[in-house]
Amino acid sequence: MAAFDEKEYTQSFDLNIWKRLLPTVARFKKYAVGMIVFCGLSAVVDVSLPLFQKYAISHFIGGNTLDGLGPFIASYAVGILLMSLLCVTSTRAAMHIEMYMGRDLRRDLFQHLQTLSLSFYNVTPVGYLLTRVMNDTNRIAGNVAWGLMDIADALFYVAGTFIAMLLLDWRLALVVIVIVPVVAALTGWFQPRILHWNRKVRKINSKITGAFNEGITGAKTSKTLVIEDQSIAAFRDLTGTMRASGVRAARLNAVYIPLTLFFSTMAVAIVLLRGGFLVVEQVLDIATLSAFITYAMGIFEPVQNLTGNLAEFIALQASIERVTGLLEEQPQITDTPEVIEKYGDAFHPKRENWEPLEGEIEFKDVTFRYPDGGDNVLEHFSLRIPAGATVAIVGETGAGKSTLVNLACRFFEPTQGQILIDGRDYRERSQLWLHSNIGYVLQSPHLFSGTVRDNIRYGRLDATDAEVEAAARAVSADTVVAKLPNGWDSGVGEGGDRLSTGEKQLISFARAVLADPRIFVLDEATSSIDTQTEQLIQQAIDHLLRDRTSFLIAHRLSTIRKADMILVVRDGKIVEQGTHESLLKARGYYHDLYSKQFAEENAAKVLGA
Amino acid sequence: MDTEIKLPRREKTGIILRYLRGNWGFFVAAITLAYLNTICNAVIPQVIRVTVDSVLDDKAPDLPAFIQGLLPLEGLRATPLRALWAAAGAVVLAALVRGICIYGMRINLAKGSEGFVKKIRDDLYSHILRLSFDWHTAHATGDIIQRCTSDVEVIRTFVCNQLMEVLRTAFVVVLYVGIMLSMNWQLSLVSIAFIPISLLASWVFYGKISSRFLAADEAEGALTTCAQENLTGVRVVRAFGRERFEIDRFGQKNDRFSALWVELGKLLSVYWASGVLLTCLQVMAVIVAGTVAVVNGSITLGDFQAFVIYNSALAWPVRSLGRVLSDMSKAGVSMDRVGYILQASEEQDALDAKAAALGGDIVFDHVTFGYDGQEVLKDVSFTIPWGSTFAILGGTGSGKSTLVHLLDRLYDLGEGQGSITIGGVDIRDMKREDLRRQIGLVLQEPFLFSQTIRENIAATRPGASEDELHRCADIACVDEAITELAEGYETVVGERGVTLSGGQKQRVAIARMLLQNAPVMVFDDSLSAVDAETDAKIRAALKQRMADATVVLISHRVTTLMQADRILVLDGGRVADMGTHTELIARPGIYKEIYDIQMSSDDRALIQEGGEA
Repeated sequence: MAAFDEKEYTQSFDLNIWKRLLPTVARFKKYAVGMIVFCGLSAVVDVSLPLFQKYAISHFIGGNTLDGLGPFIASYAVGILLMSLLCVTSTRAAMHIEMYMGRDLRRDLFQHLQTLSLSFYNVTPVGYLLTRVMNDTNRIAGNVAWGLMDIADALFYVAGTFIAMLLLDWRLALVVIVIVPVVAALTGWFQPRILHWNRKVRKINSKITGAFNEGITGAKTSKTLVIEDQSIAAFRDLTGTMRASGVRAARLNAVYIPLTLFFSTMAVAIVLLRGGFLVVEQVLDIATLSAFITYAMGIFEPVQNLTGNLAEFIALQASIERVTGLLEEQPQITDTPEVIEKYGDAFHPKRENWEPLEGEIEFKDVTFRYPDGGDNVLEHFSLRIPAGATVAIVGETGAGKSTLVNLACRFFEPTQGQILIDGRDYRERSQLWLHSNIGYVLQSPHLFSGTVRDNIRYGRLDATDAEVEAAARAVSADTVVAKLPNGWDSGVGEGGDRLSTGEKQLISFARAVLADPRIFVLDEATSSIDTQTEQLIQQAIDHLLRDRTSFLIAHRLSTIRKADMILVVRDGKIVEQGTHESLLKARGYYHDLYSKQFAEENAAKVLGA
Repeated sequence: MDTEIKLPRREKTGIILRYLRGNWGFFVAAITLAYLNTICNAVIPQVIRVTVDSVLDDKAPDLPAFIQGLLPLEGLRATPLRALWAAAGAVVLAALVRGICIYGMRINLAKGSEGFVKKIRDDLYSHILRLSFDWHTAHATGDIIQRCTSDVEVIRTFVCNQLMEVLRTAFVVVLYVGIMLSMNWQLSLVSIAFIPISLLASWVFYGKISSRFLAADEAEGALTTCAQENLTGVRVVRAFGRERFEIDRFGQKNDRFSALWVELGKLLSVYWASGVLLTCLQVMAVIVAGTVAVVNGSITLGDFQAFVIYNSALAWPVRSLGRVLSDMSKAGVSMDRVGYILQASEEQDALDAKAAALGGDIVFDHVTFGYDGQEVLKDVSFTIPWGSTFAILGGTGSGKSTLVHLLDRLYDLGEGQGSITIGGVDIRDMKREDLRRQIGLVLQEPFLFSQTIRENIAATRPGASEDELHRCADIACVDEAITELAEGYETVVGERGVTLSGGQKQRVAIARMLLQNAPVMVFDDSLSAVDAETDAKIRAALKQRMADATVVLISHRVTTLMQADRILVLDGGRVADMGTHTELIARPGIYKEIYDIQMSSDDRALIQEGGEA
């Protein structure tokens, strides 16, 4: 596969992208409204707290009395308590939105991914999809919840402070207000740049991780070539870039933070000067000045937060675009409404309407080209496979042996022509109907984390333990189980990595047996498997081929010879077709392939490999 | 193998000190500037205090004598406008100095911290590359990477953020508490009383909650695994029609992860709110007690103002300190994990190792070798004459790759395991790098780096000329294939680029080895993925252009083997036979058998075979 190019995302602000998120956000309307209301109330209380200080100075200190201190403390404490309670409710609401919105986005995305065609998976790296499902959804949910809350909080607090200041003394208030746009502008200028550099640093960081990975996996090669020094020098260059970028990113912050701090302190100085003058003139009392200083010192942090959060919020657009873009990706293979009406869809199958599948497959004048372009790999191809027959597909690695299987399994559909199953175009029945009748064993078998039992049961979810074990015995997979510490309930590890390839194959055979499919597909392993397991696998294959229409993507002669029909593939195209004898007699490409394979397999046999 | 160790505290400190070396200046400067910043912060409330008391009121300025002497504080009340300008100016000046301090502190901290972490990373990388091959086979890549990235990050945070934070907060507390005490000790006690309370509260809380964080992280890990397995196994999911099942399974894990976090969030919200509560109560306590003190006449209104400011400036740092302290405990584990890698010993040559140029017969003399107590080679002796072509035939597990590993000193023979000499010199007495540089080795499954094809081929000689590059690629029969790629030699291969077929990879690796210009060339079954025709072409080109080289070929193909001057047949770790092609086919044995099969696999035999099936 060629290098995967991620498409460029819109740079400028685009309201339409944000609108796509609305339906998801709307589900949390109640919580969002609650969160904002509680935030607002909490800000009101917060803004009124300095007034207690003002009252203390003007009433108690100014009047030189302690009368009414009790009620003062009581009401002050009530205010604080109220604010704390509002804080609990609003943060809980934010947390609720973050987690459940994240959950919903992940669920929707995951569910949608289950409907996308394999052609999509063929060109999209798993890592890319995983980042969308896990990271982008988290970012969106987190930023929407906490971003909204922080923005609301700062907005209410700033507005409240302004109102309080204006009410206390409008002349003095204007002085402070003049500084606000300066700080806001500074933040507006710096934040996007800081974000940009942080992103750059993260990118280099992942390059460093990549370099570690390569250094470790390529250690043997580096040693044999004696290029450790070069490799180390290249790594040092990379970490050097990292250091420079890290310092560069820090420099922006190092300028931005003291600069805004300086301006907010300027506001305090101006209040002190102008307010002090007003106090001397006796048009302002000292208690009000005191409250003003508190306000002036407190207002700039929320202003910075507000602008900073807005910048971060806007940067969210890329994540939203990625997630909604994936959600809008259309599956290339869909069932028609009539089919869904009768047979149900992948999530709500109407099994009662499903006809039994016999297994006769007919390619009728099929022309096919992979959706990502290129030449036709099949042209006017016709082939009838009787129910129960075995078809072997042979050819060199990378020759395109999977194409026929992909078509027969409806992972792809013909560009022209038809594929009939039991005499009817398979597009007249649902995908799930067909897939439920297919057993598939891959070259590098895929298992899921969980126990051996879980993995076999994947073939038929309602199978009893006895049925699971019987299926395993049928293909000798019980020999694998016997070696495991917890028997059937042993975990197989992530992706089955606690088992060898051969063992994984046997488990996946058992899984296929349990499913009891009408059509069986085997992509034979090329990697060497120890002789004993190899024999077990051969027996398992014999068991599975019985009475089923089978496709074998075969490498071993013993497997190929079992076939009723052999298709020979070269450079993506079917070049020869026939039985083993007829193909050998033709002395064509199959003959060459066979001689080579024969020679190598027998040599290996002599060597006892 | 136990990869989790616990380092003694002294060694942990040792690791940190080692990597701080060369960066001390930055950290000292950062701390000094941080302290200066704290001092500037402390000045501003004093200006406000004096202004309130002596400009807006008519009390005498209450300042230490030395400051009184420095500043013209007489008659402030008389010229209020001038005094107010002076006060405002002082505040701006303090802000300016503070700004410069913060800038300097942040820059120095960034330089120090980046330098510190660069040193660790560089050291880890070069150390890992120089660790023995043995060590590499014994450890999982993912785990090592985790240690080199996440654990290093934890250590960086510990040293550069948490330790700095503790030092800074400690100074803030000492300075502010000192100033408050000097102003009025009774009122100070009200403020100080809150310090241990909030410190303890957040320390205990974060200590308690960390297990829940861990559970939530694990749930996230399980969720990620589930999604990943679904995406990689999409064919299996589709083929069994298990979409519904997968969605339910993912849904369950998704719900669990979200629910754990919501539970955690409930606790966190209480914690945050209790923080607000505690801080505001601290402010309130000082306002109430201060008011009483002013009314009683024990402090002035200016003192009161200053107290309120110092008090609130203390509240938050102390609170976050509690969290930092509880987080810091995590760093110990990370240091153990990184220390484990650093303390493994690198490949080292003997002190008197010679920089020998290879020349002379390669002799394996009674070599017995194995891994994990299992013998792979059993008393193997043979000689490869200098300048000859030597072939080895053997099945899987016959020990042929081990021979190659030993020759290239990826493993060393121990005492009593025999010896390998080249031109009479034991290879253990040679410098590893010299030896390896003179032995060109191509592995069966060669590894290409995620670089351009050009960089890959020129790995051993980055300065090689264009002609040499093409010549080597040409001998390896890969020049044409490369030129046909859209970006030719500039095509990036590997994980982040174009995937080459097994045969193409082998041929690029052969070109890379050829450019190394080594007098000894070893092909460890490295033409297995190339068809027989190309295999022959490559060998012919080699023979013609590198006639003087000593070549060791490991292969299954008789057509390859038969052209060697001598053929060694290895079976179950022992020398089963040895001789020229003609000698070997003249007597019964493994070689003869294989020769018969491969050479007589003509049509007749095949059709018979097929007929029987």
